[in-house]
Amino acid sequence: MAFSYARAAHYFVLADFIAGFRLGFKYFFKPKKTLNYPFEKGPLSPRFRGEHALRRYPNGEERCIACKLCEAICPAQAITIEAEPREDGSRRTTRYDIDMTKCIYCGFCQEACPVDAIVEGPNFEFATETREELFYNKDKLLANGDRWEREIARNLELDAPYR
Amino acid sequence: METGFWSDYGLPGLLILLQCLVVTVCLLVSLAFLLWMDRKVWGAVQLRKSINVVGPFGLLQSFADFLKFAMKEIVVPAGADKTVFFLAPLISFVLATIAWAVIPFNAGWVVSDINVGILFIFAVSSLEVYGVIMGGWASNSKYPFLGGLRSAAQMISYEVSIGLIIVGVLISTGSLNLTAIVEAQRGAYGMFSWYWLPHFPVMIMFFISALAETNRPPFDLPEAESELVAGYQVEYSSTPYLLFMIGEYMAITLMCALMTTLFFGGWLSPIPGLPDGVFWFVLKAVFFFFMFAMVKAVVPRFRYDQLMRIGWKVFLPLSLAWVVIAAGLAQYGVPGYARW
Repeated sequence: MAFSYARAAHYFVLADFIAGFRLGFKYFFKPKKTLNYPFEKGPLSPRFRGEHALRRYPNGEERCIACKLCEAICPAQAITIEAEPREDGSRRTTRYDIDMTKCIYCGFCQEACPVDAIVEGPNFEFATETREELFYNKDKLLANGDRWEREIARNLELDAPYR
Repeated sequence: METGFWSDYGLPGLLILLQCLVVTVCLLVSLAFLLWMDRKVWGAVQLRKSINVVGPFGLLQSFADFLKFAMKEIVVPAGADKTVFFLAPLISFVLATIAWAVIPFNAGWVVSDINVGILFIFAVSSLEVYGVIMGGWASNSKYPFLGGLRSAAQMISYEVSIGLIIVGVLISTGSLNLTAIVEAQRGAYGMFSWYWLPHFPVMIMFFISALAETNRPPFDLPEAESELVAGYQVEYSSTPYLLFMIGEYMAITLMCALMTTLFFGGWLSPIPGLPDGVFWFVLKAVFFFFMFAMVKAVVPRFRYDQLMRIGWKVFLPLSLAWVVIAAGLAQYGVPGYARW
């Protein structure tokens, strides 16, 4: 590039730096955009796919009928189901495990479920300190269902017109 | 007064030890808050709230981080030279702390008021590069090695120009003693008697060289995270890493303190009539630390050849020329240049 006095002067008076500094200083006093996360949270869509839960009917009977559609469709093969007839003859799962470290949160399991038993709830804060805690079993999933039932039911209702 | 080992060496030695302890503790505590300030400034410019959970306004975050670092596991790479690997962070921490021995915080508030204060600081800060090189080499890994090489070249290049820049100030003062340098800046015009005005161009150059010397952005090539992951610090974890980080920030605050002493009248008050004191020293040093943080926030990283070009083709000739100019101005008695 040919030598230019203007460019040299621009360079030696630190023009770029001063312009950058002024801009930075202006932003320094602007209101901050960050969400104060643990204390405030952003809005979630009713379709948000978070932590899994197994739901129950209002009378307390578990919804899952062990059709294994979720296990079949799961692209990450994170779901493991074993089933057996219960004493009253109804078909139930004896084992329903989700490996949360494998799960990709695609939502296919809840799409596949004919009885809305397995759903992905609105909870996304289930980090653990050990890997083993992320291997969810049936008890954990049912407990999740009991805990999040109100939010899950509301989300399903809000999303129903679009299904 | 009786003479003897105790009164000649024991008591003064104990006193010096106490002074060292006080200075180090004060520095470490203020460093915790400077780190907080660094992150806050950076966050504010980027429109982030940044740290605000631990303590009021997140003020205690640095202490939480300290605990975290101290409790983590120390991982030593398989092929590492263990002795050198652990010596490196110690060197960079200890040397950065030692240099503070000659910084005058107030009239008479200095651990060691030696006549070659400036030389001492440069001797020590030249040695600091060893911490980085040793850390980079002993890790036995590619990125730390490259980071170590870069920082060796970078720190040496900029030390040359920093040294020459300071010669101008020394010519004006006629002394290498830092207290004398501050006292020489005492004048009737308050802040306009300080060296920043007569030595304005080199003051700016000193600031930029200080950024390069301490591996601060925009010259943070030794640890450029997008190229070298974290440079010479890649393999370090836990307390050794903490020592590296404290050493780095110690060096940065040292540069702020040097900036204050050399060009901005140390503890002298900027307005004639107001009392001088350690308050002014701290205020000025914190202001320069704020500038360091702002530069980090607004300036993108330099390319390596650009860094070398500025160091050798711009700063070196300019600072050499300034030595001649300042010497000439002092010789012919231009006001403000000769104060001995």
